[in-house]
Amino acid sequence: MRHTISVFVENKFGVLARIASLFSARGYNIDSLSVGETTDPTISRMTIVTQGDDQIIEQVIKQLRRLMEVIKVIDLTQSDFIAREMVLIKVEANQDHRAEILRIADIFRGKIIDVNPKTMTMEVTGDEGKIKALIDLFKPIGIKEIARTGKVSMARGKQEKQQ
Amino acid sequence: MKIFLFLHALHGRKKNKEESKLKITGSEIFVRSLKEEKVKHIFGFPGATILGIYDQLYEETEIQHLLVRHEQGAVHAADGYARASGKPGVCLVTSGPGATNIVTGLATAFMDSIPLVAFTGQVPTSMIGNDAFQEADIVGITRSITKHNYLVSHVKDLAKTIKEAFYIATTGRPGPVLVDLPKDVLLDETEFHYPAEVSIRGYKPNYIGHPKQIQSALKLIAKAKRPIIYSGGGVIRSGAMAELLTFVEKAKIPITNTLLGLGGVPGDHPLFLGMLGMHGTKYANLAVTQCDLLVAIGARFDDRVTGKLEKFAPKAKYIHLDIDPAAISKNVQVNLPIVGDAKLILQKLNEAVSPGDYSAWIKQIEKWKKEFPLSYQKSDKVIKPQFVIEQIYEMVKDRAIISTEVGQHQMWVAHYYKFNEKRTLITSGGLGTMGYGFPAAIGAQTACPDKIVFDIAGDGSFQMVSQELAMAVQYQLPVKVAILNNQYLGMVRQWQELFMNKRYSGTPMEYAPDFVKLAEAYGAVGLRATKPTEVKSVIKEAISINKPVVIDFRIAREENVFPMVPAGAGIGEMILS
Repeated sequence: MRHTISVFVENKFGVLARIASLFSARGYNIDSLSVGETTDPTISRMTIVTQGDDQIIEQVIKQLRRLMEVIKVIDLTQSDFIAREMVLIKVEANQDHRAEILRIADIFRGKIIDVNPKTMTMEVTGDEGKIKALIDLFKPIGIKEIARTGKVSMARGKQEKQQ
Repeated sequence: MKIFLFLHALHGRKKNKEESKLKITGSEIFVRSLKEEKVKHIFGFPGATILGIYDQLYEETEIQHLLVRHEQGAVHAADGYARASGKPGVCLVTSGPGATNIVTGLATAFMDSIPLVAFTGQVPTSMIGNDAFQEADIVGITRSITKHNYLVSHVKDLAKTIKEAFYIATTGRPGPVLVDLPKDVLLDETEFHYPAEVSIRGYKPNYIGHPKQIQSALKLIAKAKRPIIYSGGGVIRSGAMAELLTFVEKAKIPITNTLLGLGGVPGDHPLFLGMLGMHGTKYANLAVTQCDLLVAIGARFDDRVTGKLEKFAPKAKYIHLDIDPAAISKNVQVNLPIVGDAKLILQKLNEAVSPGDYSAWIKQIEKWKKEFPLSYQKSDKVIKPQFVIEQIYEMVKDRAIISTEVGQHQMWVAHYYKFNEKRTLITSGGLGTMGYGFPAAIGAQTACPDKIVFDIAGDGSFQMVSQELAMAVQYQLPVKVAILNNQYLGMVRQWQELFMNKRYSGTPMEYAPDFVKLAEAYGAVGLRATKPTEVKSVIKEAISINKPVVIDFRIAREENVFPMVPAGAGIGEMILS
């Protein structure tokens, strides 16, 4: 099963490498990983999406907690949580397709952020399903390039303590 | 006016002088920090990046530096020092090759949870990443084989980092910590303040077992009919030997040890079943296979212990005491985990534990003990390795610390030497590092000068580290090396005999130095025994000589270690001979 895990870490040089090498050394998967500062600039929040049965996920979390620079680990999958990712998508945009591209962008609440005679680039955020649906719709039109972030997530409702 | 200017200038000069008085170099901070940690011995090898530290050590009287002949020796010696004394071992090496030479030793210490702090030199911060001379990214290389590691990027962080390194190495589940010291950090100056305390928000080890879990454990113990205790290195690391013995005797539960757990209870105790696992005793393995309650204490269900997991204690409920939450339910699902320090948890258990009715169970185990004793074919023609170990034990009993290398001799030691005292067996269990035992013995002798220290070795292992004879001779450390010389890499040869149709590929070792002459060449003493009648006198002679001694025991060449669980089998399914 897929799990989305929030990891609060010291905002220090080398921490990302430590986490990445833990996953590779122990043979765990990383489907996606994103990092950013929290309200406390000395703490970063990582959102890691990983896969495995219950025993593996339990080990992933315990092994993460063993690291000195890991302050807190939360398996968001245990609770109700929200998740978003963002994609920048550049599509072929000749005269025939421009109207349709704009229509799709509208439906997906995307923003066109760059236009030139041959291409249009839009920014869309959403959950995984939405991003996939968008990509599927643009495929027949012709996708030139895609850049995606990893997933960022947090639990719904009350604020999570970072420590 | 002129006078005023002069005074001002004078004042300024005085102030500068005071400031420089307070500031000291990184190298000096290093030495003073080690003194704060009460370090008495460093095992090391110098090099360009740590010249500053060696300059500080030149006239140092409180800390003794022991010069190894290969950095691998430094880290193993620090490890042996830690295992023998319970205090953290310290090694110091230069950048690049110096640092990469300690990698095996760090992995060895990491697998067996040994507290040591390794200091490595590094190229100046301005040159890091430029492929400078003798540069290696040792922090990157050792990330997965240290409990934690640091690159100190500013002299201001140095004292705090050293304080944290010792704290992390020695607390919680102990382990090796590496501190990488760039040359400029050692040259730069700052004021020295050694922090009184450490606070790491991501590291709060839990020592006290949960009271509810302890209560549940007591209930499971009371209900059990066929309980068994399986204890490991965690008991030794925690210093819980007395508590474990009380527990065994109060609860009247039979106990088996892992290799690293030997010495956790006296080897001659009536409830002790010897080692379990791949080369465990048949009766220990049968008891584990048949038990209905397994109490694991400071042990981690390693594959050499469990064999095929489905066949390991299949009828039992598991209680697992461990300081490391990640050790719990890693290899086997546990019914009742108790996270905390073995000593503290055992104290709590001892307050309330009472034995159930295990008499039928103990009778059954006694029967197995009689039916399947450890034994070997004795000989009066050729020296049997088991006989040598028995004779060493008879002669030194509890006065000695025994280290081993890795292979057949290591298993024979586990079988035929009775470890009655704590911290008397020093062996690489998890990583299985050949060439570990001799430098570790030198480290142990440094920590315990009054003990007799024996490295029981194979001819293959000893050749990996024989150069450290120079260190032993230089510092007058009278370590005894008993080489069980069969001119084979015996354990691998045994596997080839049993599973590869006797195709001895890469294992014959007829080409070896004359170990007696080798010892003499280093200024040590070399002895040899070729007949069983010589064994006793040679051991006696070695003990009487207050110098490093190498004894070349020419043993039966194709002796095998039995009993044995073949790979992939359950531990109840043993080959006995």
